[in-house]
Amino acid sequence: MMKQQDVILKVENVSKQYRLGVVGTGTISHDLNRFLAKVTGKEDPYLKIGESNDRSTKGTSEYVWALKDINFEVKRGEILGIIGKNGAGKSTLLKILSKVTGPTTGCIKYNGRIASLLEVGTGFHPEMTGRENIFLNGAILGMTKKEISHKLDEIIEFSGCERYIDTPVKRYSSGMKVRLAFAVAAFLEPDILVVDEVLAVGDAKFQKKAIGKMQDISSQAGRTVLFVSHDMAAVQSLCTQGVLLENGEIIFRGTSQDTVHFYLNAERKKASQNLLERTDRRGSGEVRFSKVEMLNEFGNSVSEVISGAYIKFRLHLVFYKTINMKDLIFGLVIYDMNEVKIGDFYSDEMGIKFDKIKGYVDLEFPQLLLRGGKYSIVVVVQTNIFKVQQIDLVNGVFNFKVFPGDYWKSGKINRATNIALIFGKYINSKEPL
Amino acid sequence: MEKEKWLFNISPKNNTFNLNLKEVWQYRDLLMLFVKRDVITLYKQTILGPLWYLIQPLFTSLIFTLVFNNVAGIKTGGIPPFLFNLAGITTWNYFKECLVATSDTFKKNEQIFGKVYFPRIIMPMSIIISNLLKFAIQLFILICFYLYYVFFTNSGIRPSEFLFLFPVLIVFMGMLGLGLGMLISSMVTKYRDLTFLVSFGIQLLMYISLVVIPLSLFQKKGVEWLVMYNPMGYIIETARFLLLNEGNISQFGIAYTVIFSVLCLLFGTVIFNKTEKTFIDTI
Repeated sequence: MMKQQDVILKVENVSKQYRLGVVGTGTISHDLNRFLAKVTGKEDPYLKIGESNDRSTKGTSEYVWALKDINFEVKRGEILGIIGKNGAGKSTLLKILSKVTGPTTGCIKYNGRIASLLEVGTGFHPEMTGRENIFLNGAILGMTKKEISHKLDEIIEFSGCERYIDTPVKRYSSGMKVRLAFAVAAFLEPDILVVDEVLAVGDAKFQKKAIGKMQDISSQAGRTVLFVSHDMAAVQSLCTQGVLLENGEIIFRGTSQDTVHFYLNAERKKASQNLLERTDRRGSGEVRFSKVEMLNEFGNSVSEVISGAYIKFRLHLVFYKTINMKDLIFGLVIYDMNEVKIGDFYSDEMGIKFDKIKGYVDLEFPQLLLRGGKYSIVVVVQTNIFKVQQIDLVNGVFNFKVFPGDYWKSGKINRATNIALIFGKYINSKEPL
Repeated sequence: MEKEKWLFNISPKNNTFNLNLKEVWQYRDLLMLFVKRDVITLYKQTILGPLWYLIQPLFTSLIFTLVFNNVAGIKTGGIPPFLFNLAGITTWNYFKECLVATSDTFKKNEQIFGKVYFPRIIMPMSIIISNLLKFAIQLFILICFYLYYVFFTNSGIRPSEFLFLFPVLIVFMGMLGLGLGMLISSMVTKYRDLTFLVSFGIQLLMYISLVVIPLSLFQKKGVEWLVMYNPMGYIIETARFLLLNEGNISQFGIAYTVIFSVLCLLFGTVIFNKTEKTFIDTI
């Protein structure tokens, strides 16, 4: 027997290159060049020119590296959380691990069966009954008919679709489909299970069941789980180890707690940078945010407030083009430290149009009804002439801390558990420039 | 590290001739379930159901008989033209269905292939097998008409003494359809033009595959070269020889067809295997 702690999966120098732009134009000439290089024993001419995959800055090359020199090991029984922003390469990594696509260079070695839950319900045929689909789906995921028959009762029970099991799947509700599909995958018993954000679907009760099942898989059966998620809280509670990806490279590897902290700190560090220098922004760029401040009732710039206090966010702007102010829509979104959205404030929703802007926009909260905790904000400016078009969007521009206060004047300090009622209003400044 | 033993390995290049038949064997249940799926879901919510598979060859044969034999006056030897056409079309249909369906493998299954791995070759293989069922239905109707002509008319037709070789012919036809289909489906992932070529090319191919016009006519007109290098021509002609004892088969034709089918399948499989690794990035 193998030891509990031996390495079950080893990723060595894995890179993945993608070609940008329209595939098809010039494909034949590139293919011919590749072929020539191969015949003459040279290196692939297009392998060298790739750039790192920072999507917000325009690169010069048609080729980018979605993943670059990824190296890590996973031990038996570990739950590895893979985190990173959108576009960091998480999904590409999982696709390579689940053999949907091959790496450009490097290799992955593993012992045992890898099964992926990239998206549940793949391969369900709507005309077939639940029972028939369990067999089909199980077989697609790599089970034999015998294995499935053996576990059929358990699968049906776990899914909670017993009554509908001989009804075509097209009559199922979407929740039932997800439950049935997860049930099949949960009883798959692979040595390595790859899970990509599937828990975003289904109701809270089922999510809990699913997470519990994943924990069982790892702790009782000693199987390995690779879990990709944006939900920092889920990663922290479920995973033992963590990997942080950024622009296709691993920038941190450690316990899941450390990895999440590193990630959030890195995001926070970015917030203290000069906003105009930040390149990880989206939008056409006619107007850009240059600074975001939080002002207290005396107009002083602060970063810590007491729950229920008056505050005002001031969004400083730089204009690169003359723009009709009436067309601008400003938005501010508040997130907690686990990247859970707490609330958003859009000027168009409030029916506010800006006549003149003096280089900044204010969003006022007469009472900041947030409970104690750390928060960060995302700011966005858009136009909505024919359709909504982003001009500038920056993540994590400002972090602030809220101390629990006695909002209800009850003599008791409110509990510090993020979220509460929030009320805020934009001010349409009528003052001359 | 000390001795490292790994059961599996994912790397960018796989051996060209590593067809991984062991893995395909492991997934044999999936193959059968795909076949079952195709069969079960084929007639869901249709009124005529499997009858569609009888209507199509019957009407085609009828029209062909009227147009080619009655109007254009093509002679079919001693065989009733309708039976001649029906035999040709039934055989041809199996090849056509196989080729058309398999050539679409990657594009049609993009969704599922993009989510989960299983040996991709399972998909075209399941098509070849489930099409056998359609073929069996059509063969049944052919046999019905055949028996009618044998017992109720004095056309004097009888099968060749080599009729038992008919299944072998079907196998080679399946191999040809699968091989060509896989080849095309691999290239479709990059060059979509081929989809158009397949849909109308298959119609053109039928006319030079001896489905309606017998080889003897091509020979008489001195345009034998039109059909000489088409393995499907030999297959249809051989099928008719086995079923109706009509037409002539050459050793060259048989040898050519066998070699062509085997090479086609091998080449198709190799290209298909090469493509399955990264097609999801190019499709």
